[in-house]
Amino acid sequence: MSLTLTTVRKATRTIAALATAAIMACGLAACGPKAAVPSDSSASASGSASSNAQARSLDEIKSSGVLKVAVFSDKAPFGYVDDQGNYAGYDVVFAERLAKDLGVKPEYTSVDPAARVDVLTSNKVDVVLANFTVTDDRKEKVDFADPYMKVSLGVVSPNGAEITDVSQLDGKTLIVAKGTTAETYFEQNYPNVTLQKYDQYADAYNALLDGRGDAFSTDNTEVLAWAKSNSGFTVGITKLGDAQTIAPAVQKGNTELLDFINSEIKQLGTENFFHDDYKQTLEPVYGDEVNPDDIVVEGGVVD
Amino acid sequence: MSGVELLLQPSVLPRLLSGLWVTVWIAVVSVAGSIPVGLVTGWLMTRRNAFVRFLMRLYLDFIRIMPQLALLFIAFYGLARLWNWNLDATGACVLVFILWGGAELGDLVRAALQSIPASQYDSAYVLGLSTWQTYTRIIIPLALRRMLPASVNLATRIVKTTSLAVLLGVVEVVKVGQQIIDVYRFRCPDGALWIYGAIFLMYFFICWPLSLLARHLERKWSHD
Repeated sequence: MSLTLTTVRKATRTIAALATAAIMACGLAACGPKAAVPSDSSASASGSASSNAQARSLDEIKSSGVLKVAVFSDKAPFGYVDDQGNYAGYDVVFAERLAKDLGVKPEYTSVDPAARVDVLTSNKVDVVLANFTVTDDRKEKVDFADPYMKVSLGVVSPNGAEITDVSQLDGKTLIVAKGTTAETYFEQNYPNVTLQKYDQYADAYNALLDGRGDAFSTDNTEVLAWAKSNSGFTVGITKLGDAQTIAPAVQKGNTELLDFINSEIKQLGTENFFHDDYKQTLEPVYGDEVNPDDIVVEGGVVD
Repeated sequence: MSGVELLLQPSVLPRLLSGLWVTVWIAVVSVAGSIPVGLVTGWLMTRRNAFVRFLMRLYLDFIRIMPQLALLFIAFYGLARLWNWNLDATGACVLVFILWGGAELGDLVRAALQSIPASQYDSAYVLGLSTWQTYTRIIIPLALRRMLPASVNLATRIVKTTSLAVLLGVVEVVKVGQQIIDVYRFRCPDGALWIYGAIFLMYFFICWPLSLLARHLERKWSHD
């Protein structure tokens, strides 16, 4: 091996260049999309020696100026990002109002259905407003406020191979999204149905469009909206399982924020806020086919 | 609306590019951070001290055996729950990718250093070079050349693995793509193919220059 002094010099220079590049990249890090440092707000502000991630108090939220809200970012018309890149939807309208009445700005975190409990237990957000259906299992891990929506399951399937009764699903493949009520409902009640699970709604719909499964089940509102604009697909089953409620969720034991949200929901009921919200976000999608009172819950009271 | 029209919508490409910036940012910071960590780890791995070597072995095997996704969840949710150490999603990603990149690169450095024949060290000492000079002028330049292809491969793997960040809620290029697909799912049902196709090309144009750079350096260093 011939190794001249120039090679060595050149290589050394390259190393120096690489090191400089690395240092510059680290400098660049300072102006990145989000600082790569432990978030000071929760870690230091709470200052508790508790071994758990402690939720922020109302005062801490107010003084920080932001309410951290977990919403869906790909589940129109409830929580999505519009053409312009802004968060929008039924849940987001409520989040905006909640933040406004607290005197702060909302800061959105995009969640997948399966991450909704974890973002609360690890204190990544203050409140989850992501079409969160109230279930007994979830009640053990998070605290739900009063409901602002109600829903049951629906099953959408292609025309020609329509599923109009659950018994038809026996031995067939049903597409579900992970962490949704549809997943647990079918696992517990219909073990003979083969479930095909996806992390993202977008992927689940693609699977249905590609024919990777025989049908797709999730909240009836969602499949109704989707089938309305995808010709060739029908919601054969519009009401499955017990009607369930959708409510804001906070970290277990965060009664301060929970009480605030509950009084807020009661207050908003007097101005018919959620009907306005429905008109603004859901009606353009559902049209006249759906009666708003079947979906909207006003003042936290389910009749 | 056809898929091509979707890509030509005024807001679609800028939004994908802003998502790509998040991807590139995480990747660049992670790769840059992995370099010093990897160099130190690799050097420690070649030490004679059995305890140091054992620690490094433990570090490497732990990172190598654990799926990156599990590490990401531990860093994001686990640290917060155990010690209330609340990393944001981007921070958790960078931490995990630096630890992972550092471990893998460290092993490459170790292998490269050990592959340099003892005669190179001996010749250097005979010429009167100090240990520091021997390393910076002889051993490292030689080792660098040997580990280059595998290191570039590692860098491209880090770039691609950043797509796991989406599962922590980071809105990077894949998530932006899914948001666009969702908003247009009624107006453009076959948008998924086009958006994912565009994302594929974006990843390609990030990783390809890395391959070119590696080939260029290899050729340059193989002369004389």
